[in-house]
Amino acid sequence: MRRPVMRPRLVALLLAIVGALCGGSVFADQVLIHTEHSLYRQVLVYDDGSGRCLCFTRLCAIGRQSCVDLKRPDYLVFDYTRMMLGALLLSPAPRSVLVIGLGGGTLPHALAGLLPDARIDVVEIDPAVRRVADQYFAFRPDARVRVFEEDGRAYVRRMLRTDQRYQLIMLDAYDHQYIPEHMLTREFLTEVRSLLSPGGVVAANTFSSSRLYQNESVTYAGVFGSFYNLKSNNRVILASAGTLPELDAIRRNADQLGPALSKLGVSMPALLERFTTSPDWDPNARVLTDQYSPANLLNAAP
Amino acid sequence: MYRVLLYLIAGWSGFFVMAIELLGGRLLAPYFGSSIYVWGAIITVFMLALSLGYLAGGRASLTSPTLRRLAAILMAAALVTLPVLVLGDTMLDRLSVVLTDPRFGSLAGAALLFFLPTFVSGMVSPYAVRLLVADRSSSGHHAGKLYFVSTFGSAAGTLLTSFYLVLYLEVNQIVLLMAGVSIAVGILAWLVPAAEPCGEAT
Repeated sequence: MRRPVMRPRLVALLLAIVGALCGGSVFADQVLIHTEHSLYRQVLVYDDGSGRCLCFTRLCAIGRQSCVDLKRPDYLVFDYTRMMLGALLLSPAPRSVLVIGLGGGTLPHALAGLLPDARIDVVEIDPAVRRVADQYFAFRPDARVRVFEEDGRAYVRRMLRTDQRYQLIMLDAYDHQYIPEHMLTREFLTEVRSLLSPGGVVAANTFSSSRLYQNESVTYAGVFGSFYNLKSNNRVILASAGTLPELDAIRRNADQLGPALSKLGVSMPALLERFTTSPDWDPNARVLTDQYSPANLLNAAP
Repeated sequence: MYRVLLYLIAGWSGFFVMAIELLGGRLLAPYFGSSIYVWGAIITVFMLALSLGYLAGGRASLTSPTLRRLAAILMAAALVTLPVLVLGDTMLDRLSVVLTDPRFGSLAGAALLFFLPTFVSGMVSPYAVRLLVADRSSSGHHAGKLYFVSTFGSAAGTLLTSFYLVLYLEVNQIVLLMAGVSIAVGILAWLVPAAEPCGEAT
C-alpha cells in the first residue's frame, strides 16, 4: 500500500499556509513519509526531522491524531494527552487500564512508563493504524500492553460478559472529522461505567466547541454525575464510577505524581488550574442515546 | 390517478427500503460495532432480500394482478418491519452472545430483522411494472420510468434519513413513521375505485 511521497513541497507549502492560518502547527516543513488508504480512512505520517505526526487528513494542522518529538520520545506534544493523564490524579495507581483508540500509541506508551505494574489493553478498530503505530511510532505491544483489533463498543460488551474490569478506561476514539456515534450514547457510557472497578475512573477526549458540547455534557452527567471538565482546544472529561474525589485529594495525588509527569512535559500547576466541576452547558440539551445519536451532525453545527 | 398511485407506491417503497437500511446500521452498532463488515452484512442482506423479492413479485404478478394487491404488498412490508421495534434489542443482544464474531453476528442479526421486510418490498417494483405496461412496445419505457421513480425514492430516503430525520427523531420513531406512511399510501391505493388497469392486452 505504500506509495511514493506526493509533491512534498506542495504539501509542505500548503501545510505552512494552513499552519500560519491556524497558528497551531507544532512542526514546520513537514514531509509526508507514508500514506495509505485503510478500511476506514486515509492514514498519513508527516515528518520534519525533529517531529513526527500521524494524521487522518491532509490538512494535518486540523486532523493530527498523534505527534511525537523524535528527540524526546516520551514528551507529550499535545495538550489533550496531558489532560488525559489528569485521570491519574483521581486514581494514581490503576493496575488495569483500557484505552479505546490507539492513534500513534502515545497514551498507552506514556501509561506503560508511568504505571510499571499495570496491564494495559488497547482497542483499535483499524488494522492500518496499528501497523503505522508499529512502523513509524515504535509502538510495540508486549505481554503487558496488548492491542485488540476490534470495534470499541463490541469489545466493551464482550468484556462485560467476563470477569474483567478496569480501574481506568480512556476513550480516545473521537476526532474532529468523525465520531463513532454508538460510542457517545448514554447506553455506551453506562456499559463503560459497568466495566469499571468500584471507584474506577474514565477519561474521555472529546469536543469543546459546536452544539455537540451541550449534548455530550448532559449525556456524561446523566451517567456519571458530576465530573471534572478540563478544557483547552480539546476537552477532557474525567469521571468516576464511585464518588468523584475532592480537589484536596487531587492536589495530594498531584504532589505525588508531579515529578514523574513533569518528565512527560506535564506542568502540574497548569493542569490543576483546569480542574473544574462547574457546569457550563445547557442542562436541557437532548441526551444522546442509542435511539438518538446524531453526534456528527451536531458536531458540524456551530 | 391509477398511474400516479403506481409510481407513488414504487417511489415510496424505494424510500422505505433505504431508510430502514440506514437505521439498520444504527440498530446493529451497539451490539456488533460499526466496522466495515457490519455495513457489509447489512448491505448483503438487503441486496439478497431485494433480489429474491423481485423474483417473487414478478411471479405474483402472473395471477390476476390488481392495484389493491399491490397496496397490500406495500402494507405487508410495513407490518413485517414492526417486530424490529419490539424484538430488535433483545434479539440482537442474545445473538451477540451466541455469535461472538461480529461478521456473522451482524449478518445473522440483519437477516433476522430485515430480510422479510426487504423481501416483501422487493416484490413491489416488478408487480407495479405489470400493472403499468399496456403493450410490449412501451414496456421498456414504463419499466424505465418505474426504475427511475423507485431508485429516486431510494436516494431521497437515504438523504433525508441520514441528514435530517436522525437529527430530530429517535430510530424507532423513524421506523414507525416509515411504516405509517406505507400504511397510509396503501390505504389510499386500496380506496381508489378499481379504475382501468392499463394492461389487459397480452
